[in-house]
Amino acid sequence: MVALTSSHVMRSYAYWLVVYRRTWRGTVITSLLSPVMYLAAMGVGLGSLVKGGNGTDGLTYLQFVAPGLLAATAMQIGSFESTYPVLGSFKWMGNYHAAAATPLTPSAILVGHLLWMATRALIASSVYLAIIAAFGALRTPLAILALPVSVLVGLAFAAPITAFAASRDRDSGFAALQRFIVVPMFLFSGTFFNVTQLPAVIRPIAYVTPLWHGVRLSRDLTTGQLEPGAGWLIPLHVLYLVALVVVGVVIARRVYQAKLAK
Amino acid sequence: MSVDEPEPLIHARGLVKRFGDFVAVDGIDLDVMPGEAFGFLGPNGAGKSSTMRMIGCVSPPSDGVLRILGLDPRTQGPRIRAKLGVVPQLDTLDLELTVRENLLIYGRYFGLPRAVARERGDQLLDFVQLLDRADDTVEPLSGGMKRRLTIARSLINEPQLLLLDEPTTGLDPQARHVVWDRLFRLKQQGVTLVLTTHYMDEAEQLCDRLVVMDKGRIAAEGSPRDLIERYSSRDVVELRFAIGENEVNAEKLTGLGDRMEVLPDRVLLYADDGDGCLELVHDRGVVPLSVLVRRSTLEDVFLRLTGRSLVE
Repeated sequence: MVALTSSHVMRSYAYWLVVYRRTWRGTVITSLLSPVMYLAAMGVGLGSLVKGGNGTDGLTYLQFVAPGLLAATAMQIGSFESTYPVLGSFKWMGNYHAAAATPLTPSAILVGHLLWMATRALIASSVYLAIIAAFGALRTPLAILALPVSVLVGLAFAAPITAFAASRDRDSGFAALQRFIVVPMFLFSGTFFNVTQLPAVIRPIAYVTPLWHGVRLSRDLTTGQLEPGAGWLIPLHVLYLVALVVVGVVIARRVYQAKLAK
Repeated sequence: MSVDEPEPLIHARGLVKRFGDFVAVDGIDLDVMPGEAFGFLGPNGAGKSSTMRMIGCVSPPSDGVLRILGLDPRTQGPRIRAKLGVVPQLDTLDLELTVRENLLIYGRYFGLPRAVARERGDQLLDFVQLLDRADDTVEPLSGGMKRRLTIARSLINEPQLLLLDEPTTGLDPQARHVVWDRLFRLKQQGVTLVLTTHYMDEAEQLCDRLVVMDKGRIAAEGSPRDLIERYSSRDVVELRFAIGENEVNAEKLTGLGDRMEVLPDRVLLYADDGDGCLELVHDRGVVPLSVLVRRSTLEDVFLRLTGRSLVE
């Protein structure tokens, strides 16, 4: 087995930078407009009907929902960037196969691409966080730490989904992934309301969703207010997300090896 | 190995590739020397591409010995690939990027500094006659242009060994000739070429030496001329008769030439003196609808060795 060298990873990463330089214009509108619309509609509009209190950890609704949206955006970026671009790189565009004929190993190709997905999550979250700040919904400079959390959330989705997408031959599973995993998490993992409001039987499901852990961390950091009586959960949130990244990478690595060096 | 004999760039003994129960390559021996242009011929499914992928160090051998540039692909894959150029069967270009960006990215994969990749890239674009399209996106280029770009890309690392998997399949005749011309120039510059093809004219044009593969094995090996001498006659007489009369006429021709082959549409007589053989045909009172006397080609060798039936 050949060791994974950082220079090879950066070469694989550079590919995605060049591609993005050509395509970033198409993503600008979405990444600017979408936060403004969500924060205005949910935070300000809907928020005017919501009375802050126990249900919102004592925060205004805007302060409550903004970090949730931030984490959910990282989820969406992570779960999109790891589906079509991954399958396409194997199947339609062939860029993985082109890279595999060079000194790059399947692992370097994988890790470079994951690093790119993390970068995408970072870019989108930074824009989002800046807009949240403009809405006046940040309560502490600690909020800047929500960015690494967003990257972690993005990767906690991207790594396992990369393993899934790489093992597919067609894109047929991707719509189901959106419909049955991403959208329900977006709605029920604590972004818009605390999962404690959920019926007790459903609540455990919310606790195993990676998004819930991300939303909790994100909210702790942007409000500077540890979840009441549960500050000790913070390392567990981080570990849970890290574990998902690790499992995803380990499985994806096998799939890449099998597909690019068969 | 003696001192004055150069080391082969490709050395294989008993090379095997299995996919589950299916044996794609069934124990082949090969040596390709520096500066050679070497070809793999064979019908689809003969094991050519699997062999190429093993040589390209993207597919580990299932069994046997394989050394590329004197190194072991099982452990030194990245080091070997750093010195190979690969033109895959299907272009893997980035269609949304420009011609030049495609070369720069590839140069980056090999760790070339930007300035070097840029300079070399432009030289190569000039070489494949695409310099005027350098800043255009790849998408709208013709098939032949894309193929030339893939060839330019494969040369960005100044490879010691260039692997081409069906370099001109799907191209129109003009585009094929341009590609052949460029490959011929590379050969003249001393680049070692290894290619697969099922075009006999391509093999005759480019290859110093070739192997005919069939069902995962090497059926024959030699220069195009050798192979024709060994497996065919100098000339071939092609006779066409009215539909349904091939068999009847063929019987009357028994014993003429070295060998006779009755096809659905033609009767072929293999002979060293085609014109002399045709006179004997006339002497026997056989009057074909049309006659063609031609030199044997690799195609005759190929069909003799791999059979005429379609393998799907």
